[in-house]
Amino acid sequence: MFKKIILSACMVLGLGAAANAAEREEEIEDVAFSFEGVFGKFDQDQLQRGLQVFTEVCAACHGLNLVAYRNLGDAGGPMMTKEQVKAYAAMFETFDPEIDDFRPAIPSDYFGESQYEGAPDLSLMAKSRKGFEGPNGLLINPLFRGLGGPEYIVALLEGYTGEEKEQAGTILYENTAFLGGWISMPQPMFDEMVEFDPAADNDLKSLSEDTAAFLMWTAEPKLMQRKQAGLVAVLFLGFLAVLLYLTNKKIWAHAKRKD
Amino acid sequence: MSGIPHDHYEPKSKAEKWLHVRLPIVGLIYDTIMIPTPKNLNWMWIWGIVLAFTLVLQIITGVVLAMHYNVGDAFRSVEQIMRDVRFGWLIRYVHMNGASLFFIAVYLHIFRGLYYGSYKSPREVTWIIGMLIYLAMMATGFLGYVLPWGQMSFWGATVITGLFGAIPGIGESIQAWLLGGPAVDTQALNRFFSLHYLLPFVIVALVALHIWAFHTTGNSNPTGVEVRRGSKAEAEKDTLPFWPYFVIKDLYALVVVLVVFAAVVGFMPNFLGEPDNYILANPLVTPAEIVPEWYYLPFYAILRAFTDDVWAVQFAGFISGGIIDAKFFGVIAMFGSIFVMALAPWLDTSKTRSGRYRPAFRFFFWLLAFDFMFLMWLGSRPAAEPYSSLALAGSAYWFGYFLIILPLLGLFESPKAPPETIEADFDSHYPPKPAE
Repeated sequence: MFKKIILSACMVLGLGAAANAAEREEEIEDVAFSFEGVFGKFDQDQLQRGLQVFTEVCAACHGLNLVAYRNLGDAGGPMMTKEQVKAYAAMFETFDPEIDDFRPAIPSDYFGESQYEGAPDLSLMAKSRKGFEGPNGLLINPLFRGLGGPEYIVALLEGYTGEEKEQAGTILYENTAFLGGWISMPQPMFDEMVEFDPAADNDLKSLSEDTAAFLMWTAEPKLMQRKQAGLVAVLFLGFLAVLLYLTNKKIWAHAKRKD
Repeated sequence: MSGIPHDHYEPKSKAEKWLHVRLPIVGLIYDTIMIPTPKNLNWMWIWGIVLAFTLVLQIITGVVLAMHYNVGDAFRSVEQIMRDVRFGWLIRYVHMNGASLFFIAVYLHIFRGLYYGSYKSPREVTWIIGMLIYLAMMATGFLGYVLPWGQMSFWGATVITGLFGAIPGIGESIQAWLLGGPAVDTQALNRFFSLHYLLPFVIVALVALHIWAFHTTGNSNPTGVEVRRGSKAEAEKDTLPFWPYFVIKDLYALVVVLVVFAAVVGFMPNFLGEPDNYILANPLVTPAEIVPEWYYLPFYAILRAFTDDVWAVQFAGFISGGIIDAKFFGVIAMFGSIFVMALAPWLDTSKTRSGRYRPAFRFFFWLLAFDFMFLMWLGSRPAAEPYSSLALAGSAYWFGYFLIILPLLGLFESPKAPPETIEADFDSHYPPKPAE
């Protein structure tokens, strides 16, 4: 068992994956998302646009089974009002085992499973893919650009070449960002596919970035709280370090004949 | 407790005397806190405190996580901790990155011991207990990594328990016994959770022994020269009490380390992790690359380095009549690489304890440190050329360092003379004022 895994996973796929990872990393462009960096924050308008793109395009096949409608009103998210969340949830039906029937969704319900069997759930997609790990797996790029999950999503949505092929009864579409180069999802998004109100850029690049930002929020809904807590912790611990440095210096002064 | 002469606790009040006759715990704490400590300890002697702190941090965050974790729906329950438990995201990210902090600190602690010869007589028992702690940490880390039940959890567990399956004859029975079935599933996860909760307390007990052992021999120090023990006055020239000198120094270093730790948790908590572990475990889909956590990578590289075409593997296979095959050889090599490190006190023949006074040794030591980092990188690369050959060379140096270089170096090198006393070393850095 062990050997089979090592051999099959590492030697066959691994070799291909390594060469492929290096090539793919070149395909993936760094995007200056608002939520990156020490002071990064989600752009609430962008999250709301991303939600709209998700609802009108992605949700046809993909689910978000870890996200509840109520989360749309949470701090550090799209920050929709209670009424907006209620109205949004009411657009969908959910299966309720208690009444053994479908009923209109309420804020405490979850977005639910993927509608299409082969489509992966998108809740954690932005954290379960990496865009950057190089050069040569030395983790230098991700140190400066982040792990690149959202960038990967943008690159995937923009990476269709238009080529198709049939393989074992399935049509595959060529995509420069996808591992192996051929993906079973047809190009989902095109220029001006979604109309925003108030109007915002809706070319493919903008739509892709809005989607990626929204999926980063679904993957890491506490990102803003985390960065704020991190900053506070660094400042407080830094101050404590200064105090301890001075204390230590004073305590050792006599022993080191510096007093 | 300590062999270094120093003042002991004297109960003063009536209540103290009453307790001291029945349970001398205050005395134990006093002697532990006031232990005479070589005054020339440098900044590489702070990692013990960092490790003790991290152990407590991991236990506290871990106990809280266990209150919310659900083995029956593991992946989702971890995500609920991240989303719905108040400050769950913080506790979980601290626990996750706390494991990395633990291993960074333990590797620096171990390499400090290797450089300054801390393992040498009379501190062999401290060293052996330290190696046991390290093994227990590896086991705990592995078990904990399985709990979120992501793809890398599942496949990592499959590969690592497969190591036991490589033992000839009885291996597959042992593997099934460990897993509670033929494959990694909820039954295995249940016992992994149980053991992941148990082992940290075993580590606590081992840490107590580790501290007891080196408090008996006294700390080692950068010169490798022992504290003079002829009299209390003599010992006091070489040492300072642990409180307040080293407590405050260690706390200062600890907080500096925690600044970096807080930055990692706050700004890049997933930097050291594998994205694949945010995908629910799926026995039907093998990840493109199965990569263990970074702290296992050097040993993973050694495990994979010994393939069928290595002459040592073929030789072992030949003399064992085919019982030892490449995968079993790899498993032996991996555990052997830690075993030879545990034998360092007996393999190192040098009379000079500290690497500071052994120029030839220093070259080989730094090569070993580089080799360790190099193997770590190779462990993250696919098992293909040129990485396989490089990993073999790196593994060969690891064993060569302990089994050949350490024994021979002590016989052939010409070390420099260490200072006569710790006091002399300290005074050379901080010269006494003319008046003294």
